[in-house]
Amino acid sequence: MSSPEMLKEADRVMVICNSCRYCEGFCAVFPAMERRRTFTAHDLKYLANLCHNCRDCYYACQYAPPHEFDVNVPKTLAELRLETYREFTWPGVFKGLFRQNGLAVALVTTLSVLLVLLLTFLSKGPAAVFAIHSGENAFYQIISYWAIVIPLSALGLFVLTTLLKGIANFWRETGGTPGELFSPQANAQAIWDVLQLKYLDGGGHGCNYPDDRFSFIRKWFHHFVFYGFILCFISTTIAAIYDHFLHWPAPYPFWSWPVVLGTMGGVALLIGTVGLLVLKLKMDPSPAAPRAFSMDIAFLSLLFLTSLTGLLLLVFRETGAMGILLAVHLGIVVGLFITMPYGKFIHAAYRYAALARNANEKLAEDRLAVDPTQNKA
Amino acid sequence: MASTPHDADTLSQTFDLLVIGGGNAALCAAMTAQAAGARVLLLESAPIEFRGGNSRHTRNLRYMHERGNDHLTGPYLEDEFWDDLNRVTGGQTNEELARVTIRQSNNVGEWMTLHGVNFQPAMRGTLHLARTNGFFLGGGKALINAYYRTAAKLGVRILYDAEVTDLEIQDGLFKSATFVSRGLTQKVRTKAVVLASGGFQANLDWLKEYWGPPADNFIIRGTPYNKGRMLRVLLDQGAKPVGDPRQCHAVAIDARAPKFDGGIVTRLDCVPFGIVVNKEARRFYDEGEEFWPKRYAIWGRLVAQQPDQIAYAVIDSKSIDLFMPSVFPPIEAASIEEMAAKMELDPAALKETVAAFNGAVRPGRFDSNDLDDCTTVGLEPAKSHWARPLDRPPYYGYPLRPGITFTYLGVTVNDRAQVILQDDRPAANIFAAGEIMAGNILGKGYMAGFGMTIGTVFGRIAGKEAARHVLS
Repeated sequence: MSSPEMLKEADRVMVICNSCRYCEGFCAVFPAMERRRTFTAHDLKYLANLCHNCRDCYYACQYAPPHEFDVNVPKTLAELRLETYREFTWPGVFKGLFRQNGLAVALVTTLSVLLVLLLTFLSKGPAAVFAIHSGENAFYQIISYWAIVIPLSALGLFVLTTLLKGIANFWRETGGTPGELFSPQANAQAIWDVLQLKYLDGGGHGCNYPDDRFSFIRKWFHHFVFYGFILCFISTTIAAIYDHFLHWPAPYPFWSWPVVLGTMGGVALLIGTVGLLVLKLKMDPSPAAPRAFSMDIAFLSLLFLTSLTGLLLLVFRETGAMGILLAVHLGIVVGLFITMPYGKFIHAAYRYAALARNANEKLAEDRLAVDPTQNKA
Repeated sequence: MASTPHDADTLSQTFDLLVIGGGNAALCAAMTAQAAGARVLLLESAPIEFRGGNSRHTRNLRYMHERGNDHLTGPYLEDEFWDDLNRVTGGQTNEELARVTIRQSNNVGEWMTLHGVNFQPAMRGTLHLARTNGFFLGGGKALINAYYRTAAKLGVRILYDAEVTDLEIQDGLFKSATFVSRGLTQKVRTKAVVLASGGFQANLDWLKEYWGPPADNFIIRGTPYNKGRMLRVLLDQGAKPVGDPRQCHAVAIDARAPKFDGGIVTRLDCVPFGIVVNKEARRFYDEGEEFWPKRYAIWGRLVAQQPDQIAYAVIDSKSIDLFMPSVFPPIEAASIEEMAAKMELDPAALKETVAAFNGAVRPGRFDSNDLDDCTTVGLEPAKSHWARPLDRPPYYGYPLRPGITFTYLGVTVNDRAQVILQDDRPAANIFAAGEIMAGNILGKGYMAGFGMTIGTVFGRIAGKEAARHVLS
C-alpha cells in the first residue's frame, strides 16, 4: 500500500471510530481523535504515533473484521506509523534501511562485528587477543583507547542527532509549534507517561496482548527493556566520567557503580527482550502490521545480544576469551548504534513526541470551554 | 478468540440446561446456572466473530444504586427509576416485573465486575448519563468477550454457528431442542431451557406482516441473527404473547447505512439544527420539538410514514459542528438548488420549503444546550426551538431512513422468568430472558441502557430458577 492509500484508510477508520467512540476509555488515541471532526494527514500521522498497539480497541470493536466496515485500528495505525518512521528519518538517504529492516539490521551488525574482529586481529595480533589481561587498562590491550572512544562517541552523537532531527521532523510534519515542543508542563506530562508506560494500561486493566485477555505482561517486559536500557546508559555514562575525567580506566571492579548498574541493566534487558520476543511470537497477528515484525524482532534480538555479550564479557573478562568477547560485544554495540535510528528504537522518539503533543492538546483543551459536541449514548 | 467453536466431545456429554441465544441475557443465565451447579450448554446461532446478539452494539447499563462509585456519579433509587420507566412507557409496563427488574438491578455493577466486565470511569463525553448508567469500557462487545471468557471458565459449554430450529414441548413441558450446526441437524435433550434469543427485528418477512412493503426500506441497526425463530416457535406452541406486534423501536439513521449491523455509527444527531423534508421536499414534523435524545426515537416512525420511507435533513454551515460526527460524510452543496439536485429532489420545491421556513424564523437567542427561544411563527409544522434560517453555505444534508433497534412482541413471563402459557399457567421448565420477554416491562418507548438491565436481571433470574428446577 502506498502512502496516500494508507492515509485514506487511516482516515476512513478514524471517521468510523469518531462516530462510535466506545473505545474512548482505552488510551490517548481516542480522546485525541475526539478533538477533531475531520482528519488531516498531520493528524493521522500524529495519532499513528500515539498508538501503543495495545489492541484493546481491536477486540472491543463491533466493526472489526469480518464486519463489512473492517475496522482494525491497531493494524492501520501501525502501518501508517511505519511509514512515518521512513518519512521523518534523517538523513533521507538511509530511508531504505526501514524496508526489510530485519535483514538490514542483521547485515549491518554482522559486518560491524566482523570488522571489529578483523581490525582487532590486524592491529594486535592473535597472541595478544587470546592472552589473559587483567588489571587497569586490560581492555585497551585488545583495542586501543582511542579506537573505542572516537568511533563510539561519534556514533553516539550521530544517534542523538538523528533522534532530535526526527523529533523536529515529526513536530513540523504533525503541525506543532516550537513553543509547544518546549512547553515544560507538556514535557513533564509526556515524561511521566513514558516512565509509567501509561498507555499500555489500556483503560487500567492492561493490554489485550498477546491475545484477547487483559494483561500487564507486555508492559512489565517493556519496563524491563526500558529501565534496563536506562541503567546500561547510566552505567556507560558513569564509566565514561571515570575513564575520561577521573582517569580511572576500565575495567572496573564488580562492586563499582558502572558494573553493578550495567549488570542490573543487562539482566533486565535479557529478561525484557526474551519476554517481548516470546510474546511477539505468540501474539495474535491480526491487529499488527506484518512488515513491523522483522523490525521488532531485529531490534529485540540486537538488544538481547548486546546485553548477553556484555554480561559474558563481565564473567569471562579474566580469561583468554576476553579479547574475542570484547571485540564481539563492541561490534554488536557498533551495529546497535548504527541501526538505532533506522529501526524499532526510533519509536521512542516519535512516541515521546506524540505524547508531548497530546499533553499540549490536553492543556489547551483544559483552557477552553466545554466541548459542544457532547457524546450521546 | 479463546474458545474453539466446535468441540467434538461437547455433544457426547449430557447437559441439565440448554440456553438458547448468545447475548447478554443468555450469558447471565448460563453463568448463573453453571455456578449454581447445573451443567449448561449454550447455543449461539452466530459465528464466533459475530457472537453476542444486539448486546455487541450496546454501550451501557442502567442500574439502581444508593451512592456513586468509580463509574457512576450519584444515587439512582427505585422511585426515580420507576418514574423514568413509567414516563417512557406511558404506563405500558407490568409494574410487578418492572419493580423486580429495578430492585434486582441494585448494585448489579459489582456482580458484572466480578464476572469480568470493566466499566469506564465517568468522563467528559457522557456526563448526562453518568449518574444513572454504567458505561462498559470498550462497549458491549468488550462486555460480551468478558462474559464468554467467564462462562467458559465456569464450565459452560458453548457452540457457535448453532441455530435452534425447533423445540419439542409437551403439555407445557420442554423436552428437547433441534438445532443445525455446520449443516448437521442434531437434537439435544435437557431438563430445562432458557430462551434468550432476542426479538425478530432482523426477520424482514415477519416485519412485513405488520408493516407491509415499507418494511423493505427499513434498516436493521443490530445483529442480522435476531430472526425471532424461537419467539415464533414458542408462540405457536402456546406461549402467551405480550407487547404490540406492530411496534418496533425505530430511530432515524443515515440512509446509507448497511442493511444490518451498522450499529451506533449510523445515527444522526443533526435533526434539531435544521429542517427535515420528505421526497416531495416538504417538511412533515417539528424538528425542534425537544432535545434530541428524547426525540430521537420518534423520527424512525415519522420517516417510516413518509413516501418510500426516505427523508432528508438539511442544515447549513452554522450547525455542522454542533452534533456528534457520523460515519457517512454529509452531502455538501453551495446552494439549496444544488442540494436538491444531489438529493434528487425537486429544486423548486426544496427552495420554496426553505424560503418558507427562513421567512417564518423569528430572531432569538440560540442555545444548543437549552430549549431556546429560536422558533418559527405561522409555519406548519412549526419548528419550536433552534430555528435559525438556512442561509449560510455550504449547506449540508443527510438522507434518513427508519433504523430498527428492536421489536416489542414477546412472550409473557412471571417473576421467576417462567414462560406463561395461553391458559395463564407457567411452563415449569421453560424460562425466558432478554429481548424475547422485554415487552413485559418495556411495552413502549425506550430509555438508554434499560434493555441491558432487563437482560441482566432476568438472565440471572432465569439461570437461578432453571438451575433450581434441574437440580431439584
